[in-house]
Amino acid sequence: MSILIDKNTKVICQGITGEQGTFHSRQMVEYGTQMVGGVTPGKGGSSVDAIPVFNTVEEAVRKTEANATVIYVPPPFAADAIVEAVDAGIELVICITEGIPVLDMVSVKRFMEGKNSRLIGPNCPGVITPDECKIGIMPGHIHRKGSIGIVSRSGTLTYEAVDQVTRLGLGQSTCVGIGGDPVNGTNFIDVIDLFNQDDETEAIIMIGEIGGSAEEEAAEFIRREVKKPVAGFIAGVSAPPGKRMGHAGAIIAGGKGTADEKMEAMRSAGIKVTDSPANMGTTLQEALA
Amino acid sequence: MNIHEYQAKALLAKFGVTVPRSKIAFTQQEAEEAAKEFLADGPVCVVKAQIHAGGRGKAGGVKLAKSAEEAGQIAKELLGNVLVTHQTGPEGKEVQKVLVEEGRNIARELYLGMVVDRGTQRVCIMASTEGGVEIEEVAEKTPEKILKEYVDPAIGILPYQARKVAFGLGLEKKQVGKAVKLIMALYQAFLTSDCAMVEINPLVVTAEDDLIALDAKIGFDDSALGRHKDIEELRDLSEEDEKELAAARFNLNYVSLDGSIGCMVNGAGLAMATMDIIKLYGESPANFLDVGGGANAEQVTAAFKIIMRDENVKAILVNIFGGIMRCDIIAEGIIQAAKDVGIAMPLVVRLQGTNADAGRKILSEAGLNIITAEQMSDAAEKVVAAIQ
Repeated sequence: MSILIDKNTKVICQGITGEQGTFHSRQMVEYGTQMVGGVTPGKGGSSVDAIPVFNTVEEAVRKTEANATVIYVPPPFAADAIVEAVDAGIELVICITEGIPVLDMVSVKRFMEGKNSRLIGPNCPGVITPDECKIGIMPGHIHRKGSIGIVSRSGTLTYEAVDQVTRLGLGQSTCVGIGGDPVNGTNFIDVIDLFNQDDETEAIIMIGEIGGSAEEEAAEFIRREVKKPVAGFIAGVSAPPGKRMGHAGAIIAGGKGTADEKMEAMRSAGIKVTDSPANMGTTLQEALA
Repeated sequence: MNIHEYQAKALLAKFGVTVPRSKIAFTQQEAEEAAKEFLADGPVCVVKAQIHAGGRGKAGGVKLAKSAEEAGQIAKELLGNVLVTHQTGPEGKEVQKVLVEEGRNIARELYLGMVVDRGTQRVCIMASTEGGVEIEEVAEKTPEKILKEYVDPAIGILPYQARKVAFGLGLEKKQVGKAVKLIMALYQAFLTSDCAMVEINPLVVTAEDDLIALDAKIGFDDSALGRHKDIEELRDLSEEDEKELAAARFNLNYVSLDGSIGCMVNGAGLAMATMDIIKLYGESPANFLDVGGGANAEQVTAAFKIIMRDENVKAILVNIFGGIMRCDIIAEGIIQAAKDVGIAMPLVVRLQGTNADAGRKILSEAGLNIITAEQMSDAAEKVVAAIQ
């Protein structure tokens, strides 16, 4: 078991003929992901390597039975691409695109209410279940099959955690990047809930950062529902208030969303929180002991 | 992106928000002329320094004038001088223009704002009877005094929501209609212009029962500026950090800080974590800098140049987790950039991920004075030791 994706997941890529879309589709195929199709309006009938390209998501789903999509569409058109995928009934929509206007995402989220699709991202590295399926931009080879579930708002910081876990001889069940935007599809709670119910996942690492209160809410959920060991790190303890730190959502606004508040909430929920990003792996080991 | 008060008021007025009559002045003489015009209709006018920071009133940047000469004198004192408020930092900001505005008979001062609420993922209207006070302060001390309404994006703002806010603010019957019109107009402005934050503080009720935006602050969603060329033109580059602007031209995400260790990192989360670990080892980061996933030689060169413009920087820490991008290629980029720029201070480079060993080998054999590191803790320790 794993969460969200496995070897049976059939994936299409929206924006497959773009530079990013083509490059990462090839990387995904190389990893072993079942890439069954791509979508670029106006390029239907062509192909990228052996992957057939369709004009619409609806057609791609009808002809390939895809149940997941990865979106590399440029920001001004990404909201349209997400809604097209949801409207076509795709279960899992993973949006890599960074820089989607916030109000576009507000409308997208409203549209998704009551629908059966789950959105991961935007502005995220994607999801990987080692040795089975990789959907996104993460380097596949640093991962190793195992029992640690990782959920994070950041890309490279997740790779850092994965690398530390792998070096300790452990591995990952699934790694989920939920993205650095203020309005996103799936939050910590949703992913942690899935890890909690997953037999294969024995422990969880959650990596948060300044801004918003998703970590505090997840901490409360963990206190109530999660018996598995959880380790955590929050980036941005040294970030000044009022400044956006790279990610659109990483900002301490009106004195709220500081790293200290988040770490405090997590510690009081029984999560082992480390002050050092170099110790995410060892802190998890302590939590497991 | 932020804009000045006078620009925010002009934008809101286009959507039907009532604002006082005003004129922008770059010189003492222009201020006097504007004041003359407004003083023909009332006993006082107001001269307001235009900088991108709150707290101007308390810092002496907003003053009443009873004569054109007095308005000119105030303008003269403000223009070209630095105003320090609690939001500018100790270095303050230079005042380059003042807004001269008609005086109004203020009966009540209220607060009205809109933001995208992250929890509900909707636009939230916030209002309070405590106008003229910072909303964070109200939220801290008397959170029950903040009224909130959330707008369903599928149907947009409805009049009943605006009425709830208006009645909640204790407005009188003849004021409620005007408030509803203003709140609906403000939402349209927010939506149409892709705002991230709009604040009218204070929103005043005048003795004549008018509702007027006496101050206005707007922050735009940077991700949406591409579809608002007219708003992009309102950008005042002199209000922004010069190094941050230079970085943006190379697609680098840079934030200036006040420590002594310059940082160059790939990825926003790792960049923040790098700052944190420097702090953990007893020093402070000079900046946040995300070179992005690619980190090519051109970007790395630009990044080094920007970091070294900061006089406080005593050492540089490069922290790269090579994923798709191989560390040996990144190492070559760093060497090229270091040679081009000529780095005369300790440079610690930590490479991890794909082909990291090969990358570190290239760095140590380059004949440059580069200190290599394998792990983040190791890198932080070395860079801190290098300046102590």
